[in-house]
Amino acid sequence: MDRHRTLDRHRTFPGFWPTERPAWWGDAVVSVGLIVILYIGARLAFGAPAVIRGRGISLSPVALPYYALLSLGRMTAAYALSLAFTLVYGYKAAFDRRARRVLLPLLDVLQSVPILSFLPVVLLSLTAVLPQSVAVELAAIILIFTSQVWNLTFAWYQSLRTVPHELREAGRIFQLRGALRLTTIELPFAAIALIWNSMMSWAGGWFFLMAAEIFTVGQRDFRLPGLGAYLSEAAAAGDARAIAFGIATLIVVIVALDQLAWRPLLAWADRFKVELVESTDPPRSWFYDALLASRLFALFRARGHHALQWIDDRTRNGEPPLTDGTQWTVSQRIRQLLWLSAAIGLAYGSVRAAIMLLGVPLSDWEEIGVGTAATLLRVTGALAIALAWTIPLGVAIGLNSRLARWCQPLAQIAASVPATALFPVLLLAVLRVAGGMNIAAIVLMLMGTQWYLLFNVIAGATAIPQDLKYTTALLGMGRVDRWRTLLLPSLFPYLVTGAITSTGGAWNASIVAEYSTFGGRTVRTTGLGALISHATAEGAYPQLLAATLTMILIVTLFNRLVWRRLYRLAEERYRME
Amino acid sequence: MTDRVELVRVDHVTQTYTTGARAFTAIEDVSLSLAEGEFVALLGPSGCGKSTLLRMITGLQRPTAGRVWYRGEALAGVNRHATIVFQSFALFPWLTVQENVEVALKARGMSAALRASRALALLDRVGLDGFENAYPRELSGGMRQKVGFARAMAVEPELLCMDEPFSALDVLSAEALRGELLELWSAGRIPTKAILMVTHNIEEAVLMGDRIVVMEKDPGRVVAEVAVPLAQPRHKKSTECQMLVDHVYELLAGQTKTEPEELGTAPGEPGLTRGLPNVTVNQLAGFLEHLVHLQTDRADMFRLADELHMDSDRVLRLAETAERLGFAVVDHGDLAATPLGETFAEASIQARKEIFATRVRRVPIVNWLLDMLRAADRHELEADVVQSALALDFPPDIAEQQLAIAIDWGRYAELIAYDHGAGMIYLEAEAAPK
Repeated sequence: MDRHRTLDRHRTFPGFWPTERPAWWGDAVVSVGLIVILYIGARLAFGAPAVIRGRGISLSPVALPYYALLSLGRMTAAYALSLAFTLVYGYKAAFDRRARRVLLPLLDVLQSVPILSFLPVVLLSLTAVLPQSVAVELAAIILIFTSQVWNLTFAWYQSLRTVPHELREAGRIFQLRGALRLTTIELPFAAIALIWNSMMSWAGGWFFLMAAEIFTVGQRDFRLPGLGAYLSEAAAAGDARAIAFGIATLIVVIVALDQLAWRPLLAWADRFKVELVESTDPPRSWFYDALLASRLFALFRARGHHALQWIDDRTRNGEPPLTDGTQWTVSQRIRQLLWLSAAIGLAYGSVRAAIMLLGVPLSDWEEIGVGTAATLLRVTGALAIALAWTIPLGVAIGLNSRLARWCQPLAQIAASVPATALFPVLLLAVLRVAGGMNIAAIVLMLMGTQWYLLFNVIAGATAIPQDLKYTTALLGMGRVDRWRTLLLPSLFPYLVTGAITSTGGAWNASIVAEYSTFGGRTVRTTGLGALISHATAEGAYPQLLAATLTMILIVTLFNRLVWRRLYRLAEERYRME
Repeated sequence: MTDRVELVRVDHVTQTYTTGARAFTAIEDVSLSLAEGEFVALLGPSGCGKSTLLRMITGLQRPTAGRVWYRGEALAGVNRHATIVFQSFALFPWLTVQENVEVALKARGMSAALRASRALALLDRVGLDGFENAYPRELSGGMRQKVGFARAMAVEPELLCMDEPFSALDVLSAEALRGELLELWSAGRIPTKAILMVTHNIEEAVLMGDRIVVMEKDPGRVVAEVAVPLAQPRHKKSTECQMLVDHVYELLAGQTKTEPEELGTAPGEPGLTRGLPNVTVNQLAGFLEHLVHLQTDRADMFRLADELHMDSDRVLRLAETAERLGFAVVDHGDLAATPLGETFAEASIQARKEIFATRVRRVPIVNWLLDMLRAADRHELEADVVQSALALDFPPDIAEQQLAIAIDWGRYAELIAYDHGAGMIYLEAEAAPK
């Protein structure tokens, strides 16, 4: 049942929502902080050059490996950054009670913020202070980082907080401290959650990498040499061969990563399970098996082991003191001073941001209101379409293992292609139709959202206990009754989880979907995303700030008021366990 | 015994927990001492704080008041000379058997070569030769606990603490492991100077300990110390052992007192609110049936435990329930069914429910709940509300458990109904005010 495990990850990765309720003032501090950061970005952006020339992109297939490497490099850099951030932030949040009160609500808001809405602000402010090539690279990495890091951090935090009590006690009684505790207890315990979340982070990261690589608004061409830029250039030139090559390369890279990195890692990490039962069907990987069978690899491993032991013997801690636990303390005064200056900075920044927002004319606010409604409609429409086809198909696949064997790998490959990479191609196809941009926007949202839903529906359907299926059959239930009493209630938690992730993705997509510069021509439709992109192109910074804040506010409110309640309902009433 | 070196002295320790405005006493003014060469069993019902006491003695937990002394030095952190064998083994599942033993030595800064040889020697001694490279999940419960022992002994502790080390094992493995441990201990093949074992099993305490420290709950305190002047190996069927077991039962089960004393007071009222024993009505009925069908008027509780294949803790809990509901009386470690208890045991399902209902109404917590429901709007209450009211008398987790038991009993008696999804408790028509 390797399949099952793969699907379930959307639902079961730890830390989807924080279990502890964050304090209201934590939320307040976080919101003000966000406003100030965005304001600073918008201020900096005043200095951004009005015309930014993109770099030439070669359409020769020979250039593809190079571009793939560049894209992969950006992803790796961002991931390394995410991992480092995760370890430190999670540790602090888990073990420092005071820090936790700010760090947790911060995480909660940040993970539901539509990250792409940050892209214009980040790009513009960085180009204002750094040379363009560096700024664009850095912006891409920051963007990917912000898309990858939150779920990882949550997983790590949650793991740290849920290390079984007796393992912690054993650690203390046997004097495991510092690095030894980290490598003996905490990292192994978190390993599986970290790997699953890393896979999710990479999948999400591709979406944003592509978006960053193709980002162009008006006279400002922020494109980066990479697979995404290659695809957009190919689409703009109408070069079908190059499009095919580009997509094929992207799929090869993603599948290779899955087969050569993630699957082996998962197979290896099976040992980090906490349950003391043998798994009936552990995750397997042909590449991992090949490595284990290889003599060369065994040799490397033995060498590595010796080296580790050598280091270990030289860095042993001596006789430990009788008491355990060390604590570093900053003097109380310095701490107070830091808090005070942070508070003053926040207050000043929020006043300046408010002044900037007050400068936005009423007509612009109206436009933002209309745009928000339009985008909301589009997001809801995309969700409805996705639900309409994924529920029947997902249930069919989930209840029929023969069908599943065929559809599963296909769906996984289709899902692995980031929707943003295909967007230029999509534009090429629909722009000739009337209202083409509107269709393109919804299709892009759909491409980003439907896979999450499909996988969740399949997982939900597979998880329906056999005896319940028998019971409905024995009772001779009709089709309608069967859906009402068995299928929909069992799917409910999975649908909610899928829908939360999907709508988040759809809001994100609106930024690139509603406004596009394609082949030198700008096409747009009404929407909040279009407003953000347009403001970026025009250098209308107060509007940019206003629109970005509105989007963050809307998405966060929706999460709090709608999705979280449904999620809780699903957890309490419709869980199968 | 007086000339022996004192290893541990627990000096008037108290442990209180505060939740909100309330403080709960887990352990109240406990003192005890442990000398070199002693094997002490710390015995008591679940919830009497014996595990907490063990954690204080090892320095994992700091008492709210009082001190723990080790070799005349006040403890101010985890005691390096003590280790624990855990009930749940607490092995690291991702480390092999050998690595699990070695990790304790690694923390003490021992070189790799020395670690390996020491670990292998210990594994050999506990009979795990050949399993060095196995992972804990490949082993049976008994073998896992052997790894736990090997790991604890690897650091050559002076004081070996065991927290119900055999209670997660099946009967046969537990018996074998007990024997092996006693053999290592009495032959002096381990450098351990003293052993402290927490257990809720009376027989286990009598078979293994040189001295039994008996604890009671509400609040957790020491009620007696019993010396076991028997040479090893001991046999549980021997008269001496059985007499001691019977004696300890008597200490723990007490005597049936007057009804108000047995029942305690309602939550929120002055006086001790006695928690409901964690027993289901079906278990109680089965227990009473067995008691009534015995051909004697009164039964030794240790015999009951033996016949029903239960440990002493379960039997004591069942006896307490029967006692409180007036179905049985306890006298000098013996249990006798009352006429009401006999009727209950022989009755039909519906009649049982009726008898149970009349009795359970007298139990203060249940009665208090019924009163609240009668006073409530539409005779219904949110379970959360009731639980927070109970939390004034019990710590939060216990309050939750108490509510669950009260609901279970009330539902059986058809006095209340409960909707888990809505989290609502309703009064059944039977119990409604006339």
